[in-house]
Amino acid sequence: MSQNFRLKNIGLINRDKKISFKFNGKSYFGYEGDTLASALLANGVHLIGRSFKYHRPRGFFGSGVDEPYAIVQLFRNGESVANIKTTEQELFEDLEATSVNCWPNVNFDIGAINNFLKIFLPAGFYYKTFMWPKSFWHKVYEPFIRKAAGFGVASIKHDQERYEHRYEYCDLLITGSGPSGLASAYAAAKNGARVILAEDKPRFGGTLLTSEVNIGNQTGKEWAENITAELKKMPNVIVKNRSQVFGYYDHNMLVMSERISDHLSKTKKYSPKERLWYIRAKEVVISSGSIERPLVFGNNDTPGVMLSSAAKEYLKVYGVLVGKKPLIFTNNDSGYETAIEFKKNGVEPIILDTRKNPKSEIIDEAKNLNINIKFSYVVVAAKGYKKVKSAEIAKISEDKKELGVVENINCDCICVSGFWTPTIHLASQSGNKTIFNKDIDAFVSGQAKQEETTIGAANGTFTLEETLKDSFNTGYELSKKITSNDNKTPTPAVVEKKSTKHDKFWCVPLPKGKNYKRFLDFQNDVAVSDIEIALKEGYRSIEHVKRYTTLGMATDQGKTSNLNGLQLVSNIENKIVPEVGHTTFRPPYTPVTIGAIVGREVGKHSKPTRKSPIHSWHENNNAVFVDAGAWLRPRYYKQGNETLFEASKREAKNVRKNVGVCDVTTLGKIDIKGPDAAELLNRVYTNAWLKLPVGKARYGVMLREDGIVMDDGTTTRISETHYHMTTTTAQAANILSHLEYYLQIVWPELNVNVVSTTEQWAGAAIAGPKSRNLLQKLFPKIDVSKEGLPFMGYIEGELYGIRARIFRISFSGELAYEVNVESDNGNYMWEKIIETGKEFEIQPYGTEALSTLRIEMGHVAGSELDGRTIPYDNSLEGMLSKKKDFIGKRSLNRKAYVAEDRQKVVGVIPLDKKTSIPEGSHLVKDAKAKLPNPKLGYISASCWSVEYDNPFSLAIIKDGKNMIGQKLFAMSPLKNKTIPVEIVSSHYVDPKGERVRS
Amino acid sequence: MLHIRCPHCGMRSQNEFAYGGDASVKRPELNKEISDLEWDNFVYLRKSLRGKHLELWQHISGCRQWFKVQRDTSTHEIFKTIKANEDI
Repeated sequence: MSQNFRLKNIGLINRDKKISFKFNGKSYFGYEGDTLASALLANGVHLIGRSFKYHRPRGFFGSGVDEPYAIVQLFRNGESVANIKTTEQELFEDLEATSVNCWPNVNFDIGAINNFLKIFLPAGFYYKTFMWPKSFWHKVYEPFIRKAAGFGVASIKHDQERYEHRYEYCDLLITGSGPSGLASAYAAAKNGARVILAEDKPRFGGTLLTSEVNIGNQTGKEWAENITAELKKMPNVIVKNRSQVFGYYDHNMLVMSERISDHLSKTKKYSPKERLWYIRAKEVVISSGSIERPLVFGNNDTPGVMLSSAAKEYLKVYGVLVGKKPLIFTNNDSGYETAIEFKKNGVEPIILDTRKNPKSEIIDEAKNLNINIKFSYVVVAAKGYKKVKSAEIAKISEDKKELGVVENINCDCICVSGFWTPTIHLASQSGNKTIFNKDIDAFVSGQAKQEETTIGAANGTFTLEETLKDSFNTGYELSKKITSNDNKTPTPAVVEKKSTKHDKFWCVPLPKGKNYKRFLDFQNDVAVSDIEIALKEGYRSIEHVKRYTTLGMATDQGKTSNLNGLQLVSNIENKIVPEVGHTTFRPPYTPVTIGAIVGREVGKHSKPTRKSPIHSWHENNNAVFVDAGAWLRPRYYKQGNETLFEASKREAKNVRKNVGVCDVTTLGKIDIKGPDAAELLNRVYTNAWLKLPVGKARYGVMLREDGIVMDDGTTTRISETHYHMTTTTAQAANILSHLEYYLQIVWPELNVNVVSTTEQWAGAAIAGPKSRNLLQKLFPKIDVSKEGLPFMGYIEGELYGIRARIFRISFSGELAYEVNVESDNGNYMWEKIIETGKEFEIQPYGTEALSTLRIEMGHVAGSELDGRTIPYDNSLEGMLSKKKDFIGKRSLNRKAYVAEDRQKVVGVIPLDKKTSIPEGSHLVKDAKAKLPNPKLGYISASCWSVEYDNPFSLAIIKDGKNMIGQKLFAMSPLKNKTIPVEIVSSHYVDPKGERVRS
Repeated sequence: MLHIRCPHCGMRSQNEFAYGGDASVKRPELNKEISDLEWDNFVYLRKSLRGKHLELWQHISGCRQWFKVQRDTSTHEIFKTIKANEDI
């Protein structure tokens, strides 16, 4: 297809390289350097999609990040991405895109019927209509709205692309490479500052690429290219294009997304698709420029109506005419610049200027070029459905209230300019108040809250001369402050045409008898009438008006609509704009992909995986793993076709009958050293510690200051001033911080050091009646007899040539030991234990068997010490010293804690001795009682008792000590089970604890 | 993300630190008889200030030291950071 709208000798595209692409299944071509938007326009394609609510035809409105309409579903290298702005998407070979929000196709869209029913779809329609009847919501309304709503379709495929995060520090971060950005970057870099210059477009230079100015003896474009080239060569400067600084956070942290591969057919090998930069800048220069405002008139959303600056950019950067019979509708001099460009390229524009008799150098130039200019004229309405075909225009009275006779004028596009809105998003995100500047009818940034400076058009400075002066100076001053260097770069002379004041008029009144839709927000179909309804219904706050009408929402976030919306509200309310205020600017400034935000932290990289040094042995022996915090622990070792239930029963039985070995490396370990170590333990544990002899371990319970049990574990006295503390796997990090807090903040007088040694030691628990026989074989040189190593004893030994610590402690309730060796020797130790244990029929056991063993013994663990229970609840009241103070002790005499009917841990057995009770089941007296059925307690842990071969559970139940022998019901509405049960003692097996002491 | 000066290690990003609450809270001495009200105040009651707040932070991914930060709770401005044994 020929490119009827492409000019020959103008533009920055590479005409030597043709690129073919498809839009809605049809093949086209463009050139290297095109955006999808410019390539489509070159081919005369103006119909891109359908609007959100009324499914009205949509074309192009802008030329960059501000684009409200022209978004597509993009297909690249087998992936599909939603809501891509055609004005930002660069063309690559074999690009494919389709329209969104239309069915069956963009030319004939059934949803467009909404357009003719629009009288029924005013602001708040959804709120009012779909509230009733309630049952209709999820069956009728929601599926319908979901189908009709939204633009693109999210891909359900796993994203194969790689995204990176990078942290960077700099003296100056400069956001935007227009004249102000380039000038300040150059001045600062020349003065020795470390500078990052970020530009969201592929090309540097901003408006210098399209405006007719001279800087020094170069054109604006040449100057921009030369400065950029020089900056790129400097070692203290990072220059980034395709990079949008989208968020300004605390302490001068800004986040930038760099689109590394979006302009390529395929991401290069070893390259990420996008990179997210976290930049901590000493100073930030906000040079983000400004966005042209639309003028509002009838059917101003018709394809072919677009910003005059966009039309100019398509012409000068891409060599594309957006129309051959352009109508320029303007309230300021910017429209003239666009008209002049059309004229110079052989197209006859007509200018409608809302002003009566403005005079300036630019207007004079247009007059000299014999451009047809109509002063005090407005566009009343665009005509045409899928593309502008003509316009209704009229003279407007001096007070801008009366329209003259409506005339029809032929045109194929309407380029509008309603003056300029500074892009203050980043300045506002920084925390700055905004100030309404009456001279430009827009908000600018107030006093900087962080280390930032807004310059150029972003600060409402619209002449190049002033902008360059300010920017060179800002770059110099800020860099001097940081580097103390004093190399000042002189500001070059500027030649530019002077412009005159804009007209405050922006919204054309309706002619009598017509009710054309006049749109404010093009993406969300919010018209003037919708704002009027919202105000009529009593919405006053601009934040409420926004949410009721959806003005300024969605992917463009109202970049072209916000200010006109505010002006309308203030006109109707007879207020001035600053009184109405504006909605809050929040990051991100422009949509950021989830991939970029997540970076590498996906799948296995989302959190570190901690593995014990014995992990590979477990893997080789059919272990099935379970997550325990970041750790992977063997849950059970599968033999043949065993289920979890069968395997854990086998493993637990073997511990009770022979001997088992369990990897307990994950247990938290803290080394405690110092003359006051015993005193520290005495204060953090509830029981007494001062008299624990060297070579002995003791079980301890820690409380929080509010009396709730925090953790439990054993601590062993290795020497007079050296202790080895163990914590539960889950609490290891918290307990270390807890000890450090008390040592550094509360009792700094204690001379103690604590350090985590969790990863320094590998641990194996050897448990079962034959464990002593095994230990004797493992440590033939030391006495591990009942007398030599009594219960809670500690001894050091040598295991096949390596140093080992042996603790006689037990979690399973059996005769048991824990052997620790340095981590590097962990696997060796394990293999020796398994090898030596063969004759005692040793089997490894996992966490599931471990749980079974502790539950039937009535040992409390994480499911009982859940941050809601006190020592009494866990039958740990015997652990509370009466003679000394400890953390949390003062809380234990609270009324509720000493209540007669206080909850307590008990055992629970189903009456049929067959039905397992689901964890979390509620215990109730009467299974058939009316709801809400009073709950007496809950099941905290369940197992299949291998000792008695029937189900057994632990529960925490009100008045637990008087409940033994009661018959209740365990109810699980979740599992739909009601099980008659009997309450028994929590110490189900070996209640006297004879085995551990044997 | 805040930028916090650890008095021992220097300027670091917030993700190296853990917040530790009001630094002005003093734990009652051990073995001291105190009223329920006093204890209750210590365990549960904290002021939720808007403005300058002296608070504890721990440099958990660094030197593991607890230290004090004077911060504005509404603007996040950090005025001063000092060691645990220093007073503002």
